[in-house]
Amino acid sequence: MTKLAPVLSAHWDEKDSFTLEAYKRHGGYKASEKALAMDPDAVIQLVKDSGLRGRGGAGFPTGMKWGFIPQGDNKDHYLVVNADESEPGTCKDTPLLMANPHVLIEGCIIACHAIRAKHAFIYIRGEVTHVVRRVNQAIADAYAAEILGKGVDVVLHIGAGAYICGEETALLDSLEGFRGQPRLRPPFPAIAGLYARPTVVNNVESISSVPAIVMNGAEWYQSMGTEKSKGTTLYSLSGHVVNPGQFEAPLGITLREILELAGGVRKGHKLKFWTPGGSSTPLFTDEHLDVPLDYEGVAAAGSMLGTKALQIFDETTCVVRAVLRWTEFYKHESCGKCTPCREGTWWLVQILRDLEAGKGTEADLAKLLDLCDNIMGRSFCALGDGATSPITSSIKYFRDEYIAHLTNGGCPFDPVASTLFVGAGA
Amino acid sequence: MSDVAVEMITVVIDGFEVTVPKGTLVIRAAEQLGIQIPRFCDHPLLDPVGACRQCLVDIEINGRAFPKPQASCTIPVETGMIVKTQLTSTVAEKAQRGVMELLLVNHPLDCPVCDKGGECPLQNQAMSTGQGSSRFEGVKRTFEKPINISSQVLLDRERCVLCARCTRFSEQIASDPFITLNERGALQQVGIYENKPFESYFSGNTVQICPVGALTGAAYRFRARPFDLVSTPSACEHCASGCDMRTDVRRGKTLRRLAGEDATVNEEWNCDKGRWAFKYITAADRLKVPMIRNESGELVEASWPEALAVAAEGLKAQKSAVLVGGRATHEDAYGYSKFARLALGTNDIDFRARVTSDEEREFIAAHVVNSSTTYRDIDKADQVLLVGFEPEEESPIVFLRINKQFRKRALKVISIGSKESIAVEKLKAQFIKVAPGQEAAAVSSQNLTDKSVILVGERASESAGLLTAVAALAQSSDAKLAWVPRRAGERGAIQAGAIGNLLPGGRPVSDATARNEIAALWSVNSLPSNIGRSTSEIIAAVHSDEIGALLVGGVDPLDLDDNHSALAALDKAFVVSLEIAPSEVTSRADVVLPVAAVAEKSGSFLNWEGRARSFDAAVNDSLNRSDLRILSMIAEEMGTSINLGTVTAATKEIATIKDWQGERSKMRSVSALAQPNLSTNEALITSWRRLLDLGTLQEGEENLAGTARQTVAVISEKRAQALGVADGDLLKISTAEGFVTLPALIENIHDDALWAPRNSRGSQLLTKLNAVHGEVVTVVRA
Repeated sequence: MTKLAPVLSAHWDEKDSFTLEAYKRHGGYKASEKALAMDPDAVIQLVKDSGLRGRGGAGFPTGMKWGFIPQGDNKDHYLVVNADESEPGTCKDTPLLMANPHVLIEGCIIACHAIRAKHAFIYIRGEVTHVVRRVNQAIADAYAAEILGKGVDVVLHIGAGAYICGEETALLDSLEGFRGQPRLRPPFPAIAGLYARPTVVNNVESISSVPAIVMNGAEWYQSMGTEKSKGTTLYSLSGHVVNPGQFEAPLGITLREILELAGGVRKGHKLKFWTPGGSSTPLFTDEHLDVPLDYEGVAAAGSMLGTKALQIFDETTCVVRAVLRWTEFYKHESCGKCTPCREGTWWLVQILRDLEAGKGTEADLAKLLDLCDNIMGRSFCALGDGATSPITSSIKYFRDEYIAHLTNGGCPFDPVASTLFVGAGA
Repeated sequence: MSDVAVEMITVVIDGFEVTVPKGTLVIRAAEQLGIQIPRFCDHPLLDPVGACRQCLVDIEINGRAFPKPQASCTIPVETGMIVKTQLTSTVAEKAQRGVMELLLVNHPLDCPVCDKGGECPLQNQAMSTGQGSSRFEGVKRTFEKPINISSQVLLDRERCVLCARCTRFSEQIASDPFITLNERGALQQVGIYENKPFESYFSGNTVQICPVGALTGAAYRFRARPFDLVSTPSACEHCASGCDMRTDVRRGKTLRRLAGEDATVNEEWNCDKGRWAFKYITAADRLKVPMIRNESGELVEASWPEALAVAAEGLKAQKSAVLVGGRATHEDAYGYSKFARLALGTNDIDFRARVTSDEEREFIAAHVVNSSTTYRDIDKADQVLLVGFEPEEESPIVFLRINKQFRKRALKVISIGSKESIAVEKLKAQFIKVAPGQEAAAVSSQNLTDKSVILVGERASESAGLLTAVAALAQSSDAKLAWVPRRAGERGAIQAGAIGNLLPGGRPVSDATARNEIAALWSVNSLPSNIGRSTSEIIAAVHSDEIGALLVGGVDPLDLDDNHSALAALDKAFVVSLEIAPSEVTSRADVVLPVAAVAEKSGSFLNWEGRARSFDAAVNDSLNRSDLRILSMIAEEMGTSINLGTVTAATKEIATIKDWQGERSKMRSVSALAQPNLSTNEALITSWRRLLDLGTLQEGEENLAGTARQTVAVISEKRAQALGVADGDLLKISTAEGFVTLPALIENIHDDALWAPRNSRGSQLLTKLNAVHGEVVTVVRA
């Protein structure tokens, strides 16, 4: 059985883990020293060799992304860290930054060196004030210790709370002061990103993974994970489980294994459905307990690894209700730029509300699926696609439950039964 | 920018090969084959945005298919590309139907009461690409509607499909980003900044390119159904830009004008004045019947034969001259030109009803006649020098063209003047600040190349020596030179010889061969050989009894400097007035002959390039006749035929006149004047006419007037401190003739200068001050 492999989270249990002192106690900022002594191209090669892939959801090889930045172009280059973690279920960057903000700063220094950038911007979700404070303090401490400001500057930018700004080009627009809406590509950020300059946009976890790779080498990182998905990653377990939280394990671990580590599903209940990577990834059920949670394994089973946000729902949960809630989120967060996402999410919510209330006929399910077909792959960015994932996958696995709402004239579930306070006399 | 051969790429669309230049978008390549892919956000003159997703097609490149349909408006063609549109791909067809259905989810479907119904891309494409009925049974989002985003543009947010054409136009074409998309999701909407209306001179274009009925013009809203309109291709009479236009008429009444398409001139745009100033055609006080002044001095209606007889007799009885305004068509100007020479036997004719100089007249004969500088030269210029010319105010399409090149390739623009303008800011132009009257020295110090373009405005005549300096600079640098007048008819009037030193085709009056050529054409033995009088000389000659009668067509005497003297001359002389509406001339005329407005006749204008902009009568059943028809009748009555009974006859005759190939007349150098000494309370005035002001042809257009720029008096920070005034404080600006009181605005202006609009509400400088540029005025706190 696969065991936990804490790298990023190795010292999270220490009281002062977030401080510069604690970080240095465990060898912090040694990796950047080492990297700065290396040729930038060698750093890029090292990251390529490690097999590190983007942890923000798409899984694009990080080293290759860095390699796309044109060199010798006499232009400023930028590193932008995407810390706009906003997807329902996704909750890995927040604890990482709370527990160890310096690993991100060190990762920024190394990445900037590799891509020949002098400025890194951390775009952080505006609602997480506690994280903002912590990262700000870490940056201030790093400047005070002259870790920053000597070749690399890091700027923390606080978003205004829009899910779309997690999309890298919308993030860049927002960072430049415009409304966050995705940009037309090409040009890709590697050619014309922030302020039309070559830019790498990486997830917090991707950049934070770099210092350990530099210290321990590509082979060490390669030794973990599966054939095409290397290294360790944070799996965020939430919902109806005994011990929710972060579980750092090599890629390829299964939900069955993680659930065992987490004490299993809520006592007296059994797994009904789960998301492998946040609400925008198609649902899995208890059939999928043994799917290897790496990029290829999840894709082969019809979903996406995404942000490895494992939201666990037991049999007390109404899938129609859960999907409606997610869809309401997408309607609220659709940026409005393209027709399918803007109008589609508006319509999806209305159909799902009717279905949950038991109004409509089975033909509405067909309409719902056809509507999803008209949104999926037709939208400007992946937000529209993501909005359809829970709907199509839930109808695939739980069609009968949708129909039960219609025949029952409403939801057959007691919503209280799915709450954590059930039986608490609340 | 050179005209190098572009690489061509061949692609297959729906089974047909098409070869197009590299960089062509798939949607455009399909058009070449006649394949219409439905679209909303796509516009050939705007940057692609890919927002509406209506134009989805299936694409494969070298056998590798895209996993999902692609927006054909954002993808350039590539070698080996195979495209399947809705015609051959069921996936594309379903994708398009799906998007169309989604577009209509929140659309009110109020076509029966919508202005756009009948000419609506949404309606049309819903029929061609959508499904007969919607499966949407839910609740549509609603908004308060319509809301004014300016006094002339109304926004219906429910109808909007959020294609961003209007916002992109405003930002990318007009550089007036006064409207943006706000909010998000289905609540996304076009909006203005609070308290900052959409006051762009080009706002009407957004109404025209709106693919739904979301943006409507206040003047046209609820006036007509598109299918009740008769549309006529026309040309704009408001300025010398030369916009191609379309005039829409219902039952003899002009209801709407739109920008026409001409890639070489206005592309697909026009300005708000050209679009929305046309009520003068249907104004209640239009002159409709001839009038003569009776013995008791009153104007009374008369029959045509009676009026023509009185006019002929009066013009024949004494020495006569012709004042024809700059708004006459090329053909009408030709009529006046021929009439002056044949019927009146004089070269005393001048089309310049404005502040002019003899230097200008010589400049025109030497450098404007047959000038061949065009919009294309702006496209290719290495730099553009603006002299006495505010393109956005005085020739808006020239501004758009310069702006296009500025945005595309950072075209360098230099502006010589006293006050920095909005256009100078938008173009990030190098602003060379001089005192009013001291422009010539700044012009002389410019370094241009043979790829540069000098655009000199009509106001250059107001600064002695400036046109001399411009001509010298053009000669020494070999730069392209163009004179851009404000009025639509001026270039045509030059070509027609409606000026004392030129005969038709740019022939110098002073040249015997030139005179003989025209005399032969007109079948007369000789033509008068002395250089004719200019406008101001004609007026002076009336006062000195050398001229007793005036034939006046389309002139507002209040546009002349020293207009007291001009009005007195009209009072004194026997005046025959050809005019569309009552003016200061009418009340002083002895014979008033109504003529046709532009919409009621055919003809052409020559724009600043000298390019013919011909138009047909948009209103067919008008009884009003073109000036030249009436001139022909007067001439007949005088016993000297000019044989220009119809516009067609004039067009044919003009076509036989070749451009003058002989030597052009030389221009005599004029020196600049020394700058006068100023006391503390004195300033040198400078001004220009704003696009939207008190111009005669804008009368009655209240919606349009609502977007005019504020009337202000601009002074420098230094002067403001000396006077102790802040923005908004009132200034009294006076000359011996009178005064105006205007709110101050502190801007980038020469310390010695004061700027005010020349003919705006509260600021009519010619009539109130008789000072417009370079004259000393007294400025004090009011």
